[in-house]
Amino acid sequence: MSEIGFEGVSHDFGAERVVDDVSLVLRERRIGIVGANGSGKSTLARMINGLVTPSTGRVLVDGLDVRRQGREVRRRVGFVFTNADNQIVMPTVREDVAFTLRRHRLEPADATARVDAALERAGLTDLADRPAHRLSGGQKQLLAIASVLVAEPAVVVADEPTTLLDARNARRIAEHFETLDQQLIVVSHQLDLLESFDRVVVMEAGRVVADDVPRAALDAYRALIG
Amino acid sequence: MIGVFHPGSSFLHRAPALLKLGVLAVLVATIALAGSPWWLGAASVLVIALFAVARVPFALAWRQVVPILWVLAFAVPLQVLFNGWEAAAVMAARLVLAVALAALYTLTTPVTATLDAMQALLRPFRRWIDADRVGLALALAIRCVPLLTELVREVLDARKARGAEGSVLALAVPVIVRSLRTAEHLGEALVARGFDD
Ligand SMILES: Nc1ncnc2c1ncn2[C@@H]1O[C@H](COP(=O)(O)OP(=O)(O)O)[C@@H](O)[C@H]1O
Ligand SMILES: [Mg+2]
Repeated sequence: MSEIGFEGVSHDFGAERVVDDVSLVLRERRIGIVGANGSGKSTLARMINGLVTPSTGRVLVDGLDVRRQGREVRRRVGFVFTNADNQIVMPTVREDVAFTLRRHRLEPADATARVDAALERAGLTDLADRPAHRLSGGQKQLLAIASVLVAEPAVVVADEPTTLLDARNARRIAEHFETLDQQLIVVSHQLDLLESFDRVVVMEAGRVVADDVPRAALDAYRALIG
Repeated sequence: MIGVFHPGSSFLHRAPALLKLGVLAVLVATIALAGSPWWLGAASVLVIALFAVARVPFALAWRQVVPILWVLAFAVPLQVLFNGWEAAAVMAARLVLAVALAALYTLTTPVTATLDAMQALLRPFRRWIDADRVGLALALAIRCVPLLTELVREVLDARKARGAEGSVLALAVPVIVRSLRTAEHLGEALVARGFDD
């Protein structure tokens, strides 16, 4: 597993303190982040691959400073967004997965093999030549995840990956996540998804207010939201 | 619609993208210069034959040229008025043929192949032009068509639901705001996927 360290991390948007002095070391395989809307979960998650740079403190991934070595960090950390539409770039399913590898400069045969494997794993092989923007919501999210996994990151960070999906598709994505070898950090409001995780961090107004095994952390969260 | 690839195994599908781009350029230039209706008639036969060879279903081919017919519905009467029937017919034929040929290219060529072709084409100029960047810009431009279409449709629906059908503001403001937000999100997603220089 990779080691993700937050060292005295705070973040301000203008005058608003959104993340407030967070220190954490994350080494577990499955880590959940929960909290009310606006509690700073997305901001915290985005810091892990440098989409947000903290105002103070530092974030380290396997000892690499995200601020200074962003490129290397992003090679290790894949990011799945809430709205897959914002992540899909190419017209067809296969092309979108292949697009990720353009910067890797692989031999065409190697690239094709990796794309095929990623499609297979996501159950998208039969849809490979379909227009990506006409897939169902669940299929789009599977595509977005496949496009991240094809780069073979060590860590996958997902920010509310099931929030826009219906219950069945959310289940499908959750089950897909369970099959991954990668270290996984998931921001979610779907508490049942996190019950089998190794650790859950609870955020409230930019601070970590609970950090424990899922049962204890989720109880604390339920008590917090009443 | 631009950017829709129609998978197949015809020789048009298998031909190298760079070659197709070259032939496309030559054909479009010829059509633009050819003034005689006979030449344009011959070109029409050729284009129809190419669509048949590529095994593009008729409905799909039709959808490619419909948008330009709308343009012609306005332009042709004006041409007739100012320059007469023959000039109007020549102009209409040229436009339809050029659009059909461009559509045939996108129908038979995956965008990835176009990007690769462009990289090959720009290689001699790599000291001045970053081919990856140009390729990315092209991919994004193509991606924006369905995104924008969908966005406008949603906004039109929302405008209708609010009973503000006639309001230009109720169309323009959400479309602009959401386009900017989408652009920002797309940019972030690209950074997250390692396209960050
Ligand atoms: N780019 C931004 N600019 C300004 N304020 C922001 C930005 N992103 C988030 N915020 C604010 O930061 C706070 C925390 O946001 P966020 O991290 O997205 O919370 P969560 O994901 O827990 O809902 C919110 O009050 C939000 O309005
Ligand atoms: Mg959020």
